[in-house]
Parts: sequence; structure tokens; C-alpha cells
Amino acid sequence: MADTLAGPVPEVPDAVPEFPMPRSGRCPFDPPPGLKDLQEETPLTKVRLWDGSEPWLVTRYAEQRAILGDSRVSADTDKPGYPTKASPEGGEGKLSFIMMDDPEHARLRRMVTAPFAIKRVEALRPAVQRIVDDLIDDMLAGPQPVDLVEAFALPIPSLVICELLGVPYDDHAFFQDNTKTMVHRDATPEQRGRASREVAMYLAGVIGQRLAEPKDDLLSSIAGRIEAGEIDHQQATEMALLLLIAGHETTANMIALGTLALLQNPDQLALLRETDDAKLVASAVEELLRYLHITHLGRRRAVTEDIEIAGQVIKAGEGVIMVNEIGNRDPDVFPDPDRLDITRDARRHVAFGFGNHQCLGQPLARMELQVVYGTLYRRIPTLKPAGSLEDVRFKEDAFIYGVHELPVAW
Amino acid sequence: MKVELEADKCVASGQCVVAAMDVFDQDDDGIAILLEETPAPELLDDVREAVAVCPAAAIRLVER
Ligand code: SF4
Repeated sequence: MADTLAGPVPEVPDAVPEFPMPRSGRCPFDPPPGLKDLQEETPLTKVRLWDGSEPWLVTRYAEQRAILGDSRVSADTDKPGYPTKASPEGGEGKLSFIMMDDPEHARLRRMVTAPFAIKRVEALRPAVQRIVDDLIDDMLAGPQPVDLVEAFALPIPSLVICELLGVPYDDHAFFQDNTKTMVHRDATPEQRGRASREVAMYLAGVIGQRLAEPKDDLLSSIAGRIEAGEIDHQQATEMALLLLIAGHETTANMIALGTLALLQNPDQLALLRETDDAKLVASAVEELLRYLHITHLGRRRAVTEDIEIAGQVIKAGEGVIMVNEIGNRDPDVFPDPDRLDITRDARRHVAFGFGNHQCLGQPLARMELQVVYGTLYRRIPTLKPAGSLEDVRFKEDAFIYGVHELPVAW
Repeated sequence: MKVELEADKCVASGQCVVAAMDVFDQDDDGIAILLEETPAPELLDDVREAVAVCPAAAIRLVER
């Protein structure tokens, strides 16, 4: 039956499960139980999406990595079979090179890899530490309870990206306000759209200034590519916007959801609070990336040439979804996968994806999370949720999973 | 054992540097560089980790 389902209304009894699936009310950190069941049954199965299309869902770690590393799949959302995400917020738009294939993808990506090299990222660590410490100072000086998302989790990546791009200090407030609106839970699609255009125009303006007067920052090096004739002004702006968007809500949700997960696992939180071993902090970051995995709608691809895998043939023109969230809970790779254990070796997780599109900003995200997890609970050892878990609203329907707000006190 | 690196496959993830700092580094654009083609035996576990986490399958460990 697999290849006759492209028509509009299949008359056959419905055995194809819907995707995405609801999470269980029991544990907000665990993947939907339906997905875990599918993983147990089979490495590869069809699912039905919001638009009636039926791409393949890849449930296990090894097959997910194999397909994400395969050159016969495309990240171009316009390719036939690409599994589109339901878009309550008016679509994702084309986000520069993350929706392109090689060689153009590689050409554009390589233009912005330099600042994410490990040593360059390490050089930013003191600046990130300062940002984190300042925000904690502000929280401690203010009233309780405070929403950790708004006061801490969202500003950190926004300020870090200012640092990285080279947004002048005087413009931080403007930049912060607009980036906040871009991801704010109560903003209308129009408000989000407007904020995002404001930021794009702003970035285009700074790139223009850097063209005339280069500095030692990422916007200058992007401007340099315009001068060299490698990209136009529009592409340069899109690239800068991509770097901002990709690192903003993702990192923020890892901070807030990670804190909530640790508060729910006090033994793990205690380990982290009491250590000054940078290795254990780094290990906690990897484990939380594995355990939480916030890009819950999966990495998606269109298949451009038949691929034989796990005894199946995925045909050219079909779609394929890798929910890395369940790949990271594959018991063949991570024993006792549903347990949060910051001392385990979780480095092989696929939270950043795999293959040529694997997250470009991962060294920066790791470093930010290391600073946050290594600082927040030590500086506020009595940190606790101000309310019960039942009242926390989770971002079930959002592109990036997390919490809408997290009221905390100490 | 000998390490082989195909730099044209590299996507500059930096994962090999994190896994095996004594064996890999990155150039100015973040592309991996091999520091030690034949690393000391005590570094081989780190290199195996680098092989496992490299998203681009750009690293191999081969018998000499
Ligand atoms: S891990 Fe692979 S892709 Fe990443 S920097 Fe090293 S060689 Fe390049």
C-alpha cells in the first residue's frame, strides 16, 4: 500500500499514525509515548501529516544518522515530497542556507563558519560569563517570583549574538526588544513579522556601515563577502538573520527547560551545584541536550534518489522525518535512555542533527549552556519553581519545544 | 594506527577538536586540520570518539 497513498482521500481503513503525536501528561520531558512505541516496533514507518501527506518517519538512531548523512536527500522545502510543517505562524520562510543543498549550501555556510571555531568561541567565554552574571545580579536585586524565561533565558542568546555579530552596545536595547517580540508568546503574527523586518532592516544597515568601515566582527566579514562579489546585500542580510534566529529560541529553551528538568531531578541538580569540575558541567550539557531535545518536529528531508535502508526502499519524491528526540532515546545507544544522568557519556546524541546541515552554532550553544548551567545554580543555590509543575505551560505546538514561562523564586 | 582526514567533506562542526584536542585543530574558517597523523596509543580513544561524532564522515582511523 505504501506507494498508492499520494491521492487525496484514501478509502482504506486508517492504520497510518498521525504526526506529530501528543505527549503524555505524565512527563513533559519524555517524547510522545506513541513515538516510543513506533521505535520499538520498527526503524521506519509511514506517518500522516496535517496536510494528508504520508512521509516516512525514521525512529532509530543509526538509521537517522545514515539518512541525515546521505547525499540523496534534500533540505530544500520546494523539492517534491518535502514534509512541510504545519504553519500556524505563517510559515518559516526560506532561511538562507539551511534550506539549500550542496554545493550552494556549503559555499554559503563556509562564509560564516569562522567565528564558530572552537578557539574563537572559547575566546567569547568571559563575555558570556559577564552577561550571565549581570542577569543573575539583576534577578537577585529584583522582586520574586520572576519569570526565568523573560529575565534570563531569552536575553542571554540575544546578547551573545549581539556580541558575535558586532551589534553596537547602544543598539542592544532596540535589538533586544525586537528579538523578544519575534519569539514572544503573546505577539500576533503581524507583530512578529514587523519585528523581524525591523531587525532585518537594522542588520542590513549595519552591514552597509561595515562595508564602508570594516571592524573585527561577523557583520564585517559578511560585508566583506559582498565586496568580494560572492553574495549580494539581500543574501548577506538573510544570513545574519539566520544566525540570530537559529541560536535564539533554541538556546533560550534549553536554558529554561533544562532548569526545570534539573529542578525535577534534585539529585542531578545537586551534583551540578556542588561541582567545580568543568568536565562534569560539559557532560551535563551533553546529557540535557540528549534528554530534552527541543527541535521536536524533527529534521525533514525530501528524497531525491531511491534509498534502501532497514529493508525498505524510500523512493525518490518521498519525504522523510528524523525525530532526533527519539533517536536520542534509542536504548541500543543510550542504556536506560529515559533517565536523566549527567554523569553518562551522551556526546553522541543527535540534538544538533547530523550530516552536512548539522548545527553550525553548536560550539557557541554548548559554551553558553556550560556557562549557564555552571553558574546559575551555584549563584542561586535555593532556586525553586514558584508554582506547581501542573501550571507550567509547555510549547506543545511550537516549532521549538520548551516552556512559555517559568516562574522561579529562591 | 593512522588518522585520515578529508578536509573537503568537513562542515566545520568543531566536534573533532572537542573530542581530541591533541589530534585536531581548525583553520581560520573552522575547517579541520590534522595535527597528528599517527597519534600516541593513549589518544586513540579520543580519535575514535571524533570519528563517531563527526557529522560529515570526514575522519577515518586506519591500520598502517
Ligand atoms: S568533526 Fe568532522 S565536520 Fe566537524 S570539524 Fe571535525 S572533521 Fe570537520
